[in-house]
Amino acid sequence: MALKMVKGSIDRMFDKNLQDLVRGIRNHKEDEAKYISQCIDEIKQELKQDNIAVKSNAVCKLTYLQMLGYDISWAAFNIIEVMSASKFTFKRIGYLAASQCFHEGTDVIMLTTNQIRKDLSSPNQYDTGVALTGLSCFVTPDLARDLANDIMTLMSHTKPYIRKKAVLIMYKVFLKYPESLRPAFPRLKEKLEDPDPGVQSAAVNVICELARRNPKNYLSLAPLFFKLMTSSTNNWVLIKIIKLFGALTPLEPRLGKKLIEPLTNLIHSTSAMSLLYECVNTVIACNKHGLSFSQLCVQKLRILIEDSDQNLKYLGLLAMSKILKTHPKSVQSHKDLILQCLDDKDESIRLRALDLLYGMVSKKNLMEIVKKLMIHVDKAEGTTYRDELLTKIIDICSQSNYQYITNFEWYISILVELTRLEGTRHGHLIAAQMLDVAIRVKAIRKFAVSQMAMLLDNAHLIASNTQRNGICEVLYAAAWICGEFSEHLEEANQTLEAMLRPKVTTLPGHIQAVYVQNMVKLYASILQQKEQSGEKEAAQEITQLMIERLPQFVQSADLEVQERASCILQLIKYIQKLQIKEVPVAEEVIALFAGELNPVAPKAQKKVPVPEGLDLDAWINEPPSDSESEDEKPKTIFHDEEQRHSRHRQPEIDEEELARRREARKQEQANNPFYIKSSPSPQKRYQDTPGVEHIPVVQIDLSVPLKVPGMPMSDQYVKLEEERRHKQKLEKDKKKKKQKKEKRGKHHRHNSLHTESEEDITPAHHVDIITEEMPENALPSDEDDKDPNDPYKALDIDLDKPLADSEKLPVQRHRNAETLKSPDSEAPPVEKSKKPKKKEKKHREKERDKGKKKEKEKKVVEEEEEKKKSSKHKKKKHKKEKEEKSKDKKKSKKKHHSEEEATESVQNGTLDDEPLPVSSCALAALTYDIQGNLQNDSQVTVSVIFENKSTSFLKSMELNVLDSLNTKMLRPEGSSVHDGIPVPFQLPPGISNEAQFVFTLQSIVMAQKLKGTLSFIVKNDEGSTHEKLDFKLHFSCASYLITTPCYSDAFAKLLESGDLHMSSIKVDGISISFQHLLAKICFHHHFSVVERVDSCASMYSRSIQGHHVCLLVKKVTFSILLERGKYSCLKCPGT
Amino acid sequence: MIKAILIFNNHGKPRLSKFYQRYSEDTQQQIIRETFHLVSKRDENVCNFLEGGLLIGGSDNKLIYRHYATLYFVFCVDSSESELGILDLIQVFVETLDKCFENVCELDLIFHVDKVHNILAEMVMGGMVLETNMNEIVTQIDAQNKLEKSEAGLAGAPARAVSAVKNMNLPEIPRNINIGDISIKVPNLPTFK
Repeated sequence: MALKMVKGSIDRMFDKNLQDLVRGIRNHKEDEAKYISQCIDEIKQELKQDNIAVKSNAVCKLTYLQMLGYDISWAAFNIIEVMSASKFTFKRIGYLAASQCFHEGTDVIMLTTNQIRKDLSSPNQYDTGVALTGLSCFVTPDLARDLANDIMTLMSHTKPYIRKKAVLIMYKVFLKYPESLRPAFPRLKEKLEDPDPGVQSAAVNVICELARRNPKNYLSLAPLFFKLMTSSTNNWVLIKIIKLFGALTPLEPRLGKKLIEPLTNLIHSTSAMSLLYECVNTVIACNKHGLSFSQLCVQKLRILIEDSDQNLKYLGLLAMSKILKTHPKSVQSHKDLILQCLDDKDESIRLRALDLLYGMVSKKNLMEIVKKLMIHVDKAEGTTYRDELLTKIIDICSQSNYQYITNFEWYISILVELTRLEGTRHGHLIAAQMLDVAIRVKAIRKFAVSQMAMLLDNAHLIASNTQRNGICEVLYAAAWICGEFSEHLEEANQTLEAMLRPKVTTLPGHIQAVYVQNMVKLYASILQQKEQSGEKEAAQEITQLMIERLPQFVQSADLEVQERASCILQLIKYIQKLQIKEVPVAEEVIALFAGELNPVAPKAQKKVPVPEGLDLDAWINEPPSDSESEDEKPKTIFHDEEQRHSRHRQPEIDEEELARRREARKQEQANNPFYIKSSPSPQKRYQDTPGVEHIPVVQIDLSVPLKVPGMPMSDQYVKLEEERRHKQKLEKDKKKKKQKKEKRGKHHRHNSLHTESEEDITPAHHVDIITEEMPENALPSDEDDKDPNDPYKALDIDLDKPLADSEKLPVQRHRNAETLKSPDSEAPPVEKSKKPKKKEKKHREKERDKGKKKEKEKKVVEEEEEKKKSSKHKKKKHKKEKEEKSKDKKKSKKKHHSEEEATESVQNGTLDDEPLPVSSCALAALTYDIQGNLQNDSQVTVSVIFENKSTSFLKSMELNVLDSLNTKMLRPEGSSVHDGIPVPFQLPPGISNEAQFVFTLQSIVMAQKLKGTLSFIVKNDEGSTHEKLDFKLHFSCASYLITTPCYSDAFAKLLESGDLHMSSIKVDGISISFQHLLAKICFHHHFSVVERVDSCASMYSRSIQGHHVCLLVKKVTFSILLERGKYSCLKCPGT
Repeated sequence: MIKAILIFNNHGKPRLSKFYQRYSEDTQQQIIRETFHLVSKRDENVCNFLEGGLLIGGSDNKLIYRHYATLYFVFCVDSSESELGILDLIQVFVETLDKCFENVCELDLIFHVDKVHNILAEMVMGGMVLETNMNEIVTQIDAQNKLEKSEAGLAGAPARAVSAVKNMNLPEIPRNINIGDISIKVPNLPTFK
């Protein structure tokens, strides 16, 4: 033996260890991947050896390879083996590997429960420590539930080393198993005052994490924390507590007042910058009203920002942005400093400064600030920073409904300039802004259209390298604006041609679709223009152009584009026919797009209140079989705007038809409470299309050139704006004492002078910012922003309520079927609640081993359905079985019987599709469940649930079973074997109740089916009738098994003892996953998993008479074969 | 919470990776690459905080790093951690490594990544700071090493001998990552208790 050990260790010396592996990888720089794959092959060989030292060496190397990006989940089982080594050296390696690669999806993780539990209660504190550390990385909801109680015990461990780890890991447990929070909280609270500073710090840490997510539940702890804050000298703890107070004070203003003093003291006394900084932060948070104090903070922060240390500068800016939210004025006075930070070489600092700028703009300085930012955009190197700049510019300009923008032409030019950015991800942002401004600021439309037409014309510049970057999104906006507001377009022909260029087909599909749609709008307005001026030739030319170019879109691979294009092509062909007949068509065509579009608030649809008495879930008609209802809206991927258009487009335009539809639609809209009515602004009417009256009057700012040659330069506007303001000022001086401005007209900007503060700069042109529409009676906005999937939401638990009994943590339980609760959706929920809790602590130690022989029994569950002759009712019965109790009668002659029995039952039980033992009938239903009895090894209790499914009253129920030689129902003394047992209750309609019946057994190695009858009286208004319900009870062999955990060492001994008999069987055609299969075996047949290696698992169970049943399940490639391994049975020495 | 702790060298080679959130191996490598890319292009005398890591996500998260000679130590944390506190923690970590390895250098980390993990496990557990007192950490590590040695016993002796022989071939690389060089710029927490 000793010799063997020495030999083993000498062999081991020459194995490659971690250092050799690293060295090898460094020496194979050229063919690293090849070398590593060789190493992995070696590791696989090493893992197959029995020597734990070799195995752990292999696992150690795998951990290294994992860091290099190799997936090592295939070795999960070996990692568990190493985790369960008895030596700390190996255990630590195993847990490290597990913490690096295990996660919730690791299926073997369920096998670790008992191992971890054992390590947690190990006498060696480092075993416990290493287990806690490992668990903190891979805890799953199941592990958390099963181990919560053990960890809670460790929170009161004698060693602080364990205590602090146990306290810390509780946070992870809470996250995975929120039910544990309330029972564990009192102890956690105790730990806040632990004598050991490490434990205390851990407890503060956990509570701060918890309170950060749901602060209001922790307000009651404030006094305790206050005490800690004034007494603790540990800076880590102080920082955490002060941070926590920052989260609590917004909820409790009085707290703020109390805090000011100790915080001020800390600020003055501490030499630790980190603590000082957090104090300032919390003072900012708790001092919303005291302006003087925050002024002090701002000054302190200014000192930080001016510091040469970049870290302090960064943090100063960060804290500044918090003040900005409550006291924007006090920050604005430091604009100089912040603008200076924009030029800092450090990107982090620039980003922070950008953040601050957002709150600092005003009408006066917006242009200047944005100009500065634009310069930075040009200089910026990294795309991240540039994108950040871009979003910031848009944010700054669009904030509070464009509050600070005085000149929208300037803003449009800024947006157009931004389209020149290469490789930005924010094309859609720019596009959204363009659309928003063009729709909502009526006065700017003409200018916007001219700019957009130019963009379309230069699309090749934007679209050249577009497929990857998002800037081509602006073409979406450009096309739409040009189309929708085509009446403002001067060179419509040119724009239309630009949109018809072949190059367009390389754009993304959704953009092409918008192109196609808006071409028609453009086309319609051109057509109208030409017809009015009597240029028939030109009108026909343009139609011809469309017909020539549209087919390229008809061929598009994008469905949306194709569909739109082909519809429109047909439409235009039809128009062409009419044109040839010299029928004027323009008005008809333009009518397709009549109507003004109103901006709708993004949340409007959600806010429509449901009218009283309307049930949205109810069917209006019977569910349609196949025909679609007519008014079903097509699901489009476009914005509302397009959706409305696409609905208007009709392939044939026949005037009557059109008018009819229009009427119908108006009617429908009038009646439709959800239709968002247009604003009172005069609507375009198609009848009187010619003329200009209905076109919104645009106030033209004559001092601004409307057509900017080439790309616009926003700088021009800055200059112009300066001049304008200057002029304004002069005039204001002149008119100083005159009356206020009158109504604004075309030249309003010269006379619309306020005698108010300088801040109030008059906008360059009258801007009618239409507010987005909201439905009437919109519900107040409330829970819009809450994310239902927030993992921390589950931890929003009231901690002050007294603890109920039901909330106690689950006490230690063994690895039974429950831990294996699989995705078995068929498992009826009733069964869960009834699982008896068993405590067995016999076999406790553990070695790894591989069991080869198993035995097996199998339970058969079935359902029955029977018809009753006398009545018309059909009756079915539910049956279910679980476990059984038994009484002691005979202990001998087990071996051989059980062998036959098991084999046989295995054959008749198909594992994969067990029929659910549930059936029912119109009147009543039975569900049963067989439970073994630990005390009494030849008795089983059958619990039957009676359910009344009728509307009548059921009474005088009597249950009778035809006894067999082997199994007999236990009847009251003195009654004959043919008497039934009365059910001790009556059932009102819809009620179910449970009764228990005891059966005695002679042999447990035989499957049994017992026939039985339930007789009862049905009583209703019309009188009462006597009814009978036949059923069958199935006592399969597996129902005599009791789920018993077994450790692999005990298991191995059992197998080695040679007392077991064996048999095996193959089962074909199983289609469920292996894990699912195991879960099913555990669940239905009362087995527990001893260990599992890949697709091979050892399972164990014990009969009520103490027979061991071992089972080896193997999955064979191709079809899944079940090898019911080597079955045998023996007398248990214990019983 | 600390989301991840990464150590890589000036060329982006990972020397230690510890994720406290689940990421697939591929994503982990991507995160390491991205982080290296972000961190390595920064000058020496800029601040140690960094936003904008896309993969290890969210606006709440920050990268806090320190650069020691050939190695970057990067912590990815959320807003519940104090920025300066984490900077100190990195310092404590490096000093502890220095104590445990006696003048730590990159080679120590390369060849004994498991030991580095063990040291880290005594400081940070499941993403939360466990211990900041260096002496306490070193005591625990020493005790565990002792335990390990006693377990190896006689059988371990030949293996140690062989490994000593193997190590003789190690290339000579200056054993110093110079933690003294970059002194702590921030006036730090005076003591961790």
